[in-house]
Amino acid sequence: MNAAHYLEAYRILADDLPGQGLPWLSAKRQAALAQFSASGFPSPREEDWKYTNVSPIEKKLFKPLIGQPLRGQVLDRSWLDSYRLADAWSLVLVDGHFDQGLSVLGGIPEGVIVTGLAEALRAYPERVSDWLGTVVTPRQLHGFIAFNTAFFADGAFVDVPAGISLEKPLQLIHVATHPEGLSNTRSLVVLAKNAEARVVETFTGRADLSYLTAAITEIRIGANAVLEHYKVQSESGKAFHFGGIYVAQERSARFRQHNMAFGGLLVRNEIHSGLHQAAECELNGLFLVSRRQHVDNHILIHHTEPCGISRENYRGVLTDHARGIFQGRIVVHPQAQKTDAQMNNRNLLLSEDAEIDTKPQLEILADDVKCAHGVTVGQLDPESVFYLESRGVDRLSARNMLTFAFANEMVEKIGLGSLRALVQDQLLNLFPQTGIRRDWL
Amino acid sequence: MLKIENLHVQVEDKPILKGISLHVKEGEVHAIMGPNGSGKSTLAHVLAGREGYVITAGRITYRGRNLMDMAPEERAREGVFLAFQYPVEIPGVSNIYLLKAALNAMRKHRGLNELDAIDFLKMIKEKIRLVEMDEQFLYRAVNEGFSGGEKKRNEILQMAVLAPSLCILDETDSGLDIDALKIVSDGVNSLRAPDRSFILVTHYQRLLDYIKPDQVHVLAHGRIVKSGDASLAHELESKGYGWVDQATVAGA
Repeated sequence: MNAAHYLEAYRILADDLPGQGLPWLSAKRQAALAQFSASGFPSPREEDWKYTNVSPIEKKLFKPLIGQPLRGQVLDRSWLDSYRLADAWSLVLVDGHFDQGLSVLGGIPEGVIVTGLAEALRAYPERVSDWLGTVVTPRQLHGFIAFNTAFFADGAFVDVPAGISLEKPLQLIHVATHPEGLSNTRSLVVLAKNAEARVVETFTGRADLSYLTAAITEIRIGANAVLEHYKVQSESGKAFHFGGIYVAQERSARFRQHNMAFGGLLVRNEIHSGLHQAAECELNGLFLVSRRQHVDNHILIHHTEPCGISRENYRGVLTDHARGIFQGRIVVHPQAQKTDAQMNNRNLLLSEDAEIDTKPQLEILADDVKCAHGVTVGQLDPESVFYLESRGVDRLSARNMLTFAFANEMVEKIGLGSLRALVQDQLLNLFPQTGIRRDWL
Repeated sequence: MLKIENLHVQVEDKPILKGISLHVKEGEVHAIMGPNGSGKSTLAHVLAGREGYVITAGRITYRGRNLMDMAPEERAREGVFLAFQYPVEIPGVSNIYLLKAALNAMRKHRGLNELDAIDFLKMIKEKIRLVEMDEQFLYRAVNEGFSGGEKKRNEILQMAVLAPSLCILDETDSGLDIDALKIVSDGVNSLRAPDRSFILVTHYQRLLDYIKPDQVHVLAHGRIVKSGDASLAHELESKGYGWVDQATVAGA
């Protein structure tokens, strides 16, 4: 069994997992454990995992970080703050554990719950039990989800009651500090009907640290509720990252998601959403990979009821020996008439050694629908490079400017100004010589 | 300013220019006219340094230097400017970034300090009036979604900001309605100066009603077949390019 190391490590730590004494949770964990024991981590033999081989995770023997404080390195406050949005509440998870002291949660409105999941299991177990594991459906279940369900140690719990609109964004900062550490988090974001919120999830780790982040966020958006969700993945260049965002959208719920992937060595992003009647879902993604980075984006949308709208817009920029994957699947169920679904993936291949695998899939089981998909893979346009050169911009800067521009178009879709500025900063750091400077933006 | 001697150029082994000689002095405006496929645009692109054009013979001297040894960006920084027939759209980069980046590169090359933000904006606002563009164009992506006329005006705006010595306008008049043509021409005329020269590449004579050339050259089959003053353009307009073709054949 390929996952024996992890089963053994967690067997020893089992009593330290949160939610002890909650029979419903024990049952979920037991079922997941049984599944994971049988299946192990996903294998490239599974269709949905054919481009991504996670066997390095089995070989690396990452160490679960649970129980006593296991702070790997002293956390540099100013470094952490460089990821923090000035205008947001922030909930910080250090090595997968909620850190109250580093979080900034003052002034959260009455009735709204924002806390660590372990804490929520103590304080509001019945609320957590209503939602935990209800968004991930059996048809999505694979070894990583089972692994996470069996062993998650903490996460964030966000519960916004009906009709409440959060004025400030909420940022969940996942930070890794422990060499060869493993954080396994489960977060829940629940918006009751007519609620509105903006949630940013930032993932980062100390430079050059090797670690594994396995983070699942289950999101439930009630009728007419609106969630803007951002994921900024700036993991260290040696990090392994599995991120699953699973969403259930009630009638007329709106979900707008931006997935920015810059860091990590081996990365799998899953974003799955199920849309009820007249729900709207917009998924924007940008992945920028270089060296030997591998980023796999697995996007799945189920239109289960009529009149849903979905838009997927993903862009990849690949250099060196990097590999990028876009697997986008839209399923329009038989009842989902009048569905309007569009999927687009554009990729810029900047090196002959880089590779992109892009696989858009439409499965349409209803007859009165509007669905389209488009994919492009290309290089920088020589005409555009010459145009910039003829304006006095040297070739390297011209190429960088055009690459920045291609990526920046996605960044400009970020509605949250403070985050957009932060991401543009990162973008300019990745392409220093563009002739464009931060202070102009 | 610019001296072209016996220039031969091939594209993909096909000779396009077959012995062009042209001398443009400081402050002069030269018009290059000719039918489609005569090599006009090739000449414009060769001067700007575009890849894919092979110079098989001849020389190009710009302000005493061998232009052919200079990379495109160096030509630009030394004052050569090409206004494109089909300006490229660059989504994701706003006009103002491109203008700043280009101007900074140029000033750095000339050993000047970069303009500070306030002086830059002041200068830009002055120049944008020249081409009667709304200031919001500065913050839109380069040429993205611009109409044909807006793109051409944007080229003239870039030209005004970069203040080149040699301005090459490649069919800037094509696709312009009469109002846009007038705005573009007024912009060009306001940039005329004793130390600045222009090469206007055009198919039609009408541009020359607005910008009066010192010399007109007719290009056909890769050669200059006729040169003269502004009246040559009118003659061409009334007789058509067929007349030049016949003259070429007769002269050959």
